[in-house]
Order: sequence, then structure tokens, then C-alpha cells
Amino acid sequence: MIEGPRLPWLDATIVGITPITHRVKSFRLAVTFDRPAVAGQHVEIRLTAPDGYRAQRSYSIASAPSRDGTIELMVEGLPKGEVSGFFDGVAEVGDTLELRGPIGGAFVWRPEDGGPLLLVGGGSGVVPLLAMLRHRAAAAPHIPALLIYSVRAADEVLVQDELVRRAETEPGFDLMLNLTGDGGRRIDAALIGEALERLGAPRHTFICGANPFVGAASDLLVEAGLDPRTIRTERFGG
Amino acid sequence: MSTRGFTGRRPPETTRVRLPPGQSLTEDFPVLQIGPNPRIDLDTWRFTLRAGSRPLKSWSWAEFGALPRTRWSGDIHCVTQWSKFDTAWEGVSVDDLLADAGVDAPTAFALAEGYDDYTTNVPFADLTDGRAMVATHYDGAPITSDHGGPARLLVPHLYFWKSAKWLKGLRFTQKDEGGFWEMRGYHMYGDPWREQRFTGD
Ligand SMILES: Cc1cc2nc3c(=O)[nH]c(=O)nc-3n(C[C@H](O)[C@H](O)[C@H](O)COP(=O)(O)OP(=O)(O)OC[C@H]3O[C@@H](n4cnc5c(N)ncnc54)[C@H](O)[C@@H]3O)c2cc1C
Repeated sequence: MIEGPRLPWLDATIVGITPITHRVKSFRLAVTFDRPAVAGQHVEIRLTAPDGYRAQRSYSIASAPSRDGTIELMVEGLPKGEVSGFFDGVAEVGDTLELRGPIGGAFVWRPEDGGPLLLVGGGSGVVPLLAMLRHRAAAAPHIPALLIYSVRAADEVLVQDELVRRAETEPGFDLMLNLTGDGGRRIDAALIGEALERLGAPRHTFICGANPFVGAASDLLVEAGLDPRTIRTERFGG
Repeated sequence: MSTRGFTGRRPPETTRVRLPPGQSLTEDFPVLQIGPNPRIDLDTWRFTLRAGSRPLKSWSWAEFGALPRTRWSGDIHCVTQWSKFDTAWEGVSVDDLLADAGVDAPTAFALAEGYDDYTTNVPFADLTDGRAMVATHYDGAPITSDHGGPARLLVPHLYFWKSAKWLKGLRFTQKDEGGFWEMRGYHMYGDPWREQRFTGD
């Protein structure tokens, strides 16, 4: 039953780097997994110093599952972050890193899981949700989906152009962007109520972000009457 | 092979010897769970030991509070690569629960079951001889809901997903049955020092 092949460490070469906000960069990595990926999963990245010292961290896959032999990651450079700082300041196109995955079997969505799909992302927590949205658009555009995306400031929104374009051109996809900084508000019962009215009762809900965000959002959704068993959460830390 | 340009931020030697492979030290207490915190009312809370589907013994919150107390301090390791040092827990050891229930060794395996329907498997031998408890206090205060309160399993020598939050019972099983994560590619045993994160590790 659970005997399976080992999840091997693979070499992944950086084939593209694109800044997407002042803190977050997108990395396209050439890597071929030995098993199919599912939207929402992550990889482990392992960096090795010349003396053999290693650091290992998890990053969500932003790209939809595909067979083109690449994945996209989006890494927020933290001021003194050991691994995110490497991505932010050192990594270049042509570099090879070690990676293993795809990992995760709970925070995942497949087209056959159906919808409506409610996605709630805080900050860089939107990354695995983006993979779900991209996959939905390509494989199951008939499934209704709504993304509540909460960030501090407008210049911290990841791939705003893509999200706005999707909301404008994809029937059945709805975007609620929420700014919490200056004059904005944290997500609250009223906002959740509006989302549920626009989407209808979700069959699956995915919430991702920092600890306090995920805790607050899941409490609000349970209070709004959603069945806790239909809600999946992922926390990046903090 | 090393990664071009990566030097790393090595923790001091005293930290490094306490970190299992692939782990980093955190000062925070990260929260990991698959869904929302379940609402648990202490008036209706029960903790139940079962052999298969047969209940062996069940305790109310008040009865549970009257059992002998155990303390443990030490390091915990989460499969998402963080470790936290010198955590202090208090609760009831699985040995004391079994003694109160008047049972010896029902089977060689157990499934821990949470109020959120989460399950995880732990061999019986890893739960007894002082190796595990049902913890109700962390750092001298009742465990908060975010960290699995009112009561969670604590099996600190295994990756922390084995320490099921919001515990409602232990079910002794004939076979080693995988729980929630074990059915989704995570390791059946989960020893951090052997870096048993995923199936086949
Ligand atoms: C499943 C998963 C998916 C993730 N996906 C992404 C992603 O798509 N994009 C992204 O930018 N980041 C993501 N992260 C976060 C990422 O793994 C790193 O934690 C982050 O980049 C910081 O690492 P660092 O080495 O730069 O910082 P560090 O040098 O580790 O230090 C930063 C601070 O954060 C704390 N910290 C580090 N790791 C964690 C952790 N896992 N939980 C709690 N606290 C921690 C440290 O104690 C320290 O205080 C994800 C995390 C998880 C668990």
C-alpha cells in the first residue's frame, strides 16, 4: 500500500528569473519529476555550501501541472533569509539547484474534485492557489472559482495583470483583491459573506498564507457555515 | 556538488549537533494542520482508548485531569524543516492511561485520532515506556487551540505530524495502518534522525 519509490533529489537548472514585485521573484526551473504533479503541491529545495553544509526549505509550485519539463516558483526575499536570500541575491540563470517533489497530498486540487472553488490567499500564500487557477483555466474552465487575495499594499500583489485578465476574460472566475494597509481592512465576516454570495456554496476551500492569516480566515469561514471538512489550509510560517 | 554562490548561515556547533538532517532552528512555534481548528467543548470532551472498534476506556475532562501528571522537555522536529528546542510539555503519559484502563499491550500498533478526523499511526512501542504523552499544557499554560489544545499527542522523538492535535483517542490496531499523511506519501515511521520524511526515505 504505502511502499513506493523513494522521492529522489533531482538537479534543477534555473532557466528564467523574472522580478514580479520589489520583494518577490519568479524562477523557472527545468526539472523532470518522476511522478505527475497536482496543483497545490510544493517542492523541497536543498542548497549545499562548498564544505558540505546544507540548507533545505519548501516552496510551492506556481505553475499548473504540465509535461513541459519546467516548474515555476515564486520566492519572497526575506531580509536575512538563508535560502530566500540566496534566491533573491545570488541565483542566476544557468545555476543548478537540488530539488525534490512534487510533495503534498492534502492541499491539492484536481479538476475531478469539482467546484465551486473558494481560494483564500494572504501575501505569498497565493502561490499554490495560482497553480490551481492556472490549472482550472486550462483543464476545467467550467468550474466556478473565486480568489480572495489579501495583501498589505497594492505593490505587493503577485501577478496582478494575470489575475485581472483572468477575472475579465474567464467566465466563472471572480477576483476579490483586498488591501489591508493604509485605510484598508483585514478580511472580515462581511467580506467573506460577499464572497460566498458571489460564488455560491463552495465545494472546496483552500487557504494559504502566514499563520495568523490562515487562522483568522479559517475561523471566519467556519463561522460563515462552511463544513470544516471542505476546508484545507497551508501555512508558510510566520 | 555544491550550489554556486551559496555559503549558508551556519548555526553554532551547539545548535548543529541538536538538529537532525535537513532541519533548521526556529524561535517561533509554527502551526501545521490540514484544516480549521475544530471547536471543542470541555463539557463534552472525551478521550477514548479502543482496540479496533471496541472501547477499552473513556475519560471525561474532569476524570482525565485526575490522572497522574508527566512532564517532558526537549526538542521537537517538524517535517516542514523546522525544529524547536527546549519545549516544555505536561500531560498524562500513555503508560499511565493504559494503567488506569487496566490494559497491557493490546496490539503492536496504534492510530491516533483527532477531533478534526485527522489520524496518524505510531507503533505501540513508541508510545510507551515514557516515550509519549497526551499533553494538556505547553510552557506551563493550557495548550491553545492553534497548537492542538485542549489535548494533543506528544511523541517528540518522531516528526511532529505524529503528535496529533485535538486528540480524541488512540485506537490499537492489528496491522500498521497508515493515517492521513502516511496515505499521502509521508513516511510510516517518521524518525527525524534518519530523515524519514517521505515513503521510501
Ligand atoms: C509548504 C510550504 C510552502 C512554501 N511556499 C513558499 C513560496 O511559494 N514562496 C515563498 O516565498 N515561501 C514559501 N514558503 C516559506 C519558505 O519555505 C521559507 O520558510 C522562507 O523562504 C524563509 O526561508 P529563509 O531560509 O529565507 O529564512 P530563514 O533564514 O529560515 O529565516 C526567516 C525566519 O523565518 C523563520 N522560519 C523559517 N522557515 C520557517 C517555517 N517553515 N515556518 C515558520 N517559520 C520559519 C525562521 O525562524 C526565521 O525567523 C513555504 C513554506 C512551506 C512550509
